[in-house]
Amino acid sequence: MSSYNNTARLTEARRVAIFGGTHGNEMSGVTLVNLWMKNSDEIQRKGVEAKPFITNPKAVEKCTRYVDTDLNRAFTPENLSAPAGDELPYEVQRAQEINKEFGPKGSPEAYDVIFDLHNTTSNMGCTLILESSKDLFNLQMMNYIKKAIAPASCLVLLNEHPLLKYSTSRSVAKHPVGLEVGPQPQGVLRSNIFEAMRVILKHALDFIELFNEGMEFPSCTVEVFRVSERIDYPRDANGNIIAMVHPNLQDCDWEPLNPGDPMFQTFDGKTIHYQGSGTVYPTFINEAAYYEKQQAFVTTRRETLVASAIRKA
Amino acid sequence: MEVDELMCLPRLPRVAVCGGTHGNELSGVYLVRELLKVEKKAVEEEEEPVSVMIVLSNPRATQQCHRYVDTDLNRCFTHATLNGPISDTDPYEIIRSRELNALLGPKGSRQAVDLVCDLHNTTANMGMCFITYSDCDWICLHIFRHLQKEIPDIPMRFIHFDVSNKESYSLDSVGKHGFAMEIGPQPHGVVRSNIYTAMKGGVQHMLDWVRLFNSGAIFRGGFVDVFTMVKHIDYPRDSVTHNITAAIHPHLQVRPEMYFYLQCLKTEPSLTQETLKINCNLTTSCI
Repeated sequence: MSSYNNTARLTEARRVAIFGGTHGNEMSGVTLVNLWMKNSDEIQRKGVEAKPFITNPKAVEKCTRYVDTDLNRAFTPENLSAPAGDELPYEVQRAQEINKEFGPKGSPEAYDVIFDLHNTTSNMGCTLILESSKDLFNLQMMNYIKKAIAPASCLVLLNEHPLLKYSTSRSVAKHPVGLEVGPQPQGVLRSNIFEAMRVILKHALDFIELFNEGMEFPSCTVEVFRVSERIDYPRDANGNIIAMVHPNLQDCDWEPLNPGDPMFQTFDGKTIHYQGSGTVYPTFINEAAYYEKQQAFVTTRRETLVASAIRKA
Repeated sequence: MEVDELMCLPRLPRVAVCGGTHGNELSGVYLVRELLKVEKKAVEEEEEPVSVMIVLSNPRATQQCHRYVDTDLNRCFTHATLNGPISDTDPYEIIRSRELNALLGPKGSRQAVDLVCDLHNTTANMGMCFITYSDCDWICLHIFRHLQKEIPDIPMRFIHFDVSNKESYSLDSVGKHGFAMEIGPQPHGVVRSNIYTAMKGGVQHMLDWVRLFNSGAIFRGGFVDVFTMVKHIDYPRDSVTHNITAAIHPHLQVRPEMYFYLQCLKTEPSLTQETLKINCNLTTSCI
């Protein structure tokens, strides 16, 4: 007998936060959250307390990714438990404040769901970022969103890699959801990207409302792209980048990259080929913020996850 | 003046190619780094018809991958700023603009380099644009026409900012002739291979033209479409917070030609696109 026939009973998701400005120059989230802080009609749902919140106000004011350190890497156990003080980097102080208000991370008092709004210079379209393959609530919600916006596409990136996974702002919640929409340059607001993000959140909040009202969501399968490997730019002995993403790879997020395919192009025109052992699906191709993190793109492998049926407890 | 009249102009023995004037416009940054590498190797070669200086304009902003450190370097080249009182607490970019003026200028003097080509990127979908203060600098117009012919698959436009020499503020105004080569769309902090390659080709063809010109070649006159800047249009803003309250409409976001026409239709009845006669054939003067 298949265990898929059992319906998982989950606590209702009453407290929901929408984070914008975790990176101060990713404008769709900043703009949406500011809009909803002024007028929250659009995000009201029965049985849901939806709180819009600007996580990194100083970075937003300067229209820069961060002031001292990347807020979206700052929610480590060491940072969250460090003694509070003004000598701490700004974003570490912020992480502690956010953990206090929306967490504590890992505790029963933590917010049920946090949506963290991001933009990327990569041609990723609409991407939902999942941190655990066992989060049934999130899997069902992502399945709901994908069906709701079809035929438009929304892919799911699963970052469960023990080394490449990082401590995000949203990780404070029981059900963290990353929303990454691109391509959009840093510091720029593109209306189509803004609207796409808005629509995804609408469906996400609809799902939560339906779930809290007692609707049962039957067992489903969700295609995900599981993070596999980080690929850096070729560099010289001094650490300077010596090649660019190849024109054949540029903008081809989520398309198969096969061994032998062009991957980088040196500044004097030579091609460097992908030498991996099998086909991968690259994403975050040529993201501006990752030059300093030694990442030209990340490879993923396609996988199908099964989520059992869920219903409010 | 007739299109077929032959005009003689002085040779251009000294050309400057500048990148990283804005530190996060990466095609120019990487191209300048690459050209500096190649320059080192070419030192022993025989005498060239043109001497090319490769300059990284704003090293600190480039290192931080920011547009600027204290203030926009590309607004620091007015005569007033360059010759104003010096102070220890001057913003970094003002100190730098004076260094660049000493290196490539002085602006307005006979010692200034003959041509400045300043490399920029934009997030806007502009293709390749030449931006100049003059609509009758025959050198810039002929270089533009040469590039149009040599690189026909890239949309290319010539933009004229109607700003007097007294008020000119950008790096390219330091040379006797100068223009900005602006290529987009490319996000800040990113180098796109197609954009880099277009810029590299543009610079190469520009230098080829200068070598040909200096060798006495004759370039036939003709016509160039020029876009003249009419007005800056700001976003609608909240009167209290000054935050923007609207985004560029999706219909406008992607159509480069529409951008200039719509701009003028909002503010002026007449079209801004003019067809200019390059009313001379061009060759070097027989000095």
